[in-house]
Amino acid sequence: MSQNDITNILVCGIGGQGVMTATEILAEAAIAEGHDVKKTEVAGMAQRGGVVTSHLRFGRKVLSPQIEPGTVQVLLGFEGAEALRWSHYLKPDGLALVNNAKLVPPVVELGLFDYPEDPTGQMRAAGRRVVSFDAMSIARDLGEVRLGNTVMLGAIADYLPFSSEVLLACIVKRFARKGEQVVDANRRAFAAGREAVAKQLGAAPSENATA
Amino acid sequence: MAAVMPQLAPPPAASRLLLSGNEAVARAVWESGVRVAAAYPGTPATEIIESLARYPDLHAEWSVNEKVSMEVALGASMTGARAFCAMKHVGLNVASDCLMTMTITGAYGGLVIAVADDVGLSSSQNEQDSRYWGRFAHLPVLEPADSQEAYEMTKFAFGFSEQYETPVLLRLTTRICHVKGLVAVGAREAHEPPGFVKNPERWVMVPAHARTRIPNLYQRDETLRAVSEASPLNILEAGTDRTVGFVASGPAYMHVKEAFPNAPVLKLGFSYPWPPQKVRELAALCDKLVVVEETEQLLETEIKAAGIACHGKDVLPKMGELSPQVLGPAVDRLLGRPVPPPPPAAAPMKVFPRPPTLCASCPHMGIYYTLAQIKNIIVTGDIGCYTLGAGHPWNALDTTICMGATMGVALGIDKGRGEVDRNKRIIAVIGDSTFMHMGMQGLLNITYNKGNVTVLLLDNNTTGMTGGQATPASGKDIHGQDAPRVDLAKVVEALGVANERIKVVDPYELPILFKTIRDEIKVDAPSVIIARRPCVLIEDFKPFRPYLVEEDKCTGCGNCIEVGCPAIHVTRREKVIKPSGREVELAFVNIDNQACTGCGLCVQPCAPDAIQHVPRRDIPIHIVKT
Repeated sequence: MSQNDITNILVCGIGGQGVMTATEILAEAAIAEGHDVKKTEVAGMAQRGGVVTSHLRFGRKVLSPQIEPGTVQVLLGFEGAEALRWSHYLKPDGLALVNNAKLVPPVVELGLFDYPEDPTGQMRAAGRRVVSFDAMSIARDLGEVRLGNTVMLGAIADYLPFSSEVLLACIVKRFARKGEQVVDANRRAFAAGREAVAKQLGAAPSENATA
Repeated sequence: MAAVMPQLAPPPAASRLLLSGNEAVARAVWESGVRVAAAYPGTPATEIIESLARYPDLHAEWSVNEKVSMEVALGASMTGARAFCAMKHVGLNVASDCLMTMTITGAYGGLVIAVADDVGLSSSQNEQDSRYWGRFAHLPVLEPADSQEAYEMTKFAFGFSEQYETPVLLRLTTRICHVKGLVAVGAREAHEPPGFVKNPERWVMVPAHARTRIPNLYQRDETLRAVSEASPLNILEAGTDRTVGFVASGPAYMHVKEAFPNAPVLKLGFSYPWPPQKVRELAALCDKLVVVEETEQLLETEIKAAGIACHGKDVLPKMGELSPQVLGPAVDRLLGRPVPPPPPAAAPMKVFPRPPTLCASCPHMGIYYTLAQIKNIIVTGDIGCYTLGAGHPWNALDTTICMGATMGVALGIDKGRGEVDRNKRIIAVIGDSTFMHMGMQGLLNITYNKGNVTVLLLDNNTTGMTGGQATPASGKDIHGQDAPRVDLAKVVEALGVANERIKVVDPYELPILFKTIRDEIKVDAPSVIIARRPCVLIEDFKPFRPYLVEEDKCTGCGNCIEVGCPAIHVTRREKVIKPSGREVELAFVNIDNQACTGCGLCVQPCAPDAIQHVPRRDIPIHIVKT
């Protein structure tokens, strides 16, 4: 069977940033749209500040769970250097949505390695389509840093092969039991994430934007 | 340790759920009416029993090691109850003593052993192929290729185990355990055990009894080979492009289907004993046959021995995970086709490595910071988060082999060393959970054989590396309910360590820790220093007020960086010439007060007192526990 209808999304970051949860919500949205879904990560030491990548593949029928280099439609990067590390997974016309966070590991603080000066700049220089934004500042402006992950999900919402409403509904469902205030805050964070990317790509969020 | 786990009503039958392979196996175990499920945590299998513990109507437990978990499952099976145990690949090494005789007694109640291979070594000390155990122990091996199959094969395995009175090996790999896919689930079926029947010829494995039963193993091999030929788990897909045909099992099957959608494939779900006739049918269908196996060249060798020409490891890698992008070029090479170069855009960018680190406030940091200051020591290590002590900045571990090995290796170094090592002191580091898993015997061996070893027993009240599972020393069971709490100091004393040689210290108190280690390594007798502080990832850990760096006081000495805390960051570096003429690089720091939980380890080596508590009003809200 053809694998051409498969969407590959790679979410990358560092253990503890919420990469796996964000991918889980994306997977739920793909399921809600009727897709077959596989999601996998290497996370044996994920809580220990190591590299975490979460692979999400969906379509009519997904076989291999792992995404191959050069085949990713959207790379959702929770950290600059990590987005750079995995940027070769992008298709030539793939899109990288990158949170500007800079998380410097002890090996760099010890002077053993250098942190790249401008990770997203380096990606652009290599011909990648990159949108970078500061999800944590956006979240802080909304009054709660923990909304950062919903900002990230908002950022990718208009670059999925289904309506952003589907993804938003999954987020709302997750937070429903925490009350209307929390749900509203997440709606605002989601909208802010969409807006942050749309501003740079020069496209307004599609008409089904609520929030 | 983990909070009390609520037992929720399981999702109803006929639901379609997004489940990892581990969760799918757990669901199937529960549905199969299993009464007893046991495991010791180990990546990538940990979540099987963790999820099972949330289901009602069965006994799930953390056993102290994999061998015990298998024995518990076997005992339950002897009563006719359905039973299950799960382990990582190296866990089956530990359990193999039980396995190799259990195969002779056989199972009564359905008995399934899930063994998960860490292909690609995401979190293990080696890479092993557990399919070998099927051959070694004459046991059937089932290999699911995704979550749905993991669910279905687990359910199949229990009935099969009863029908043929054989334990069944369910071989998983990381890409089954940790891949989520949609699974259609069913209902739990009741399975009342028929009862234990005295039968010494079967259950008492003395030579006379075992001798009479061993022929059964060979007979079972033959019977199961015939079953395998007819099994619907072994599917021959004829395909349309007959150039190359493939034999594959587990995740490798998915990679083959993706890379060669039109090729003939024999998918082995019942992979041992494998079906020779079906392989011959496949071979007759195609010009060339390729056996696609992750890690070892196992089936390929056996297929060749059966007189069927095939390829495999002559073109495929012998270690690590396979993928469609590995298979494509390998087959091109086999066929003498030009191998297309990878697109230039697909070359990875050069980025610093980001190895796992100890967490902010991890009590192990105090241990390794201290060990890094002590000269003339040999430090043997073990399996757990504390293996990270071998890395930067501490470089404080000299050996790591397998669970509990720190004790035996330390004694061996003590007894084997020559004059050149005579003045070195030997320190064995081990975590609390690993100590109870396999370290206690090693300590007993040290005291019995009068070894001169100082043991650092890192008691963080949990099994840390696998995510914080309860242990007999944490006073909680798998559900988070109270359980008898073993007193490690008393255990150590009972194992022969003199009472005055047992010290309990706080790994956050660096001067006392340093002095205690220095004192104990000078004594020519075994001592045990129990360093006690909860893991920061469990509920017992209560964050303290975070710290900050008063920048005008920081002299850039960099002492605090040597603690290895991920919350300390360099703000600027400066090269200066010392009066001695030596050039040194200063590193001025700050502390990420979102990450700092106030353990105070970095405060102690800071000479200018530049590290101070964050004023109360500035404490981030998320740190204030309610």
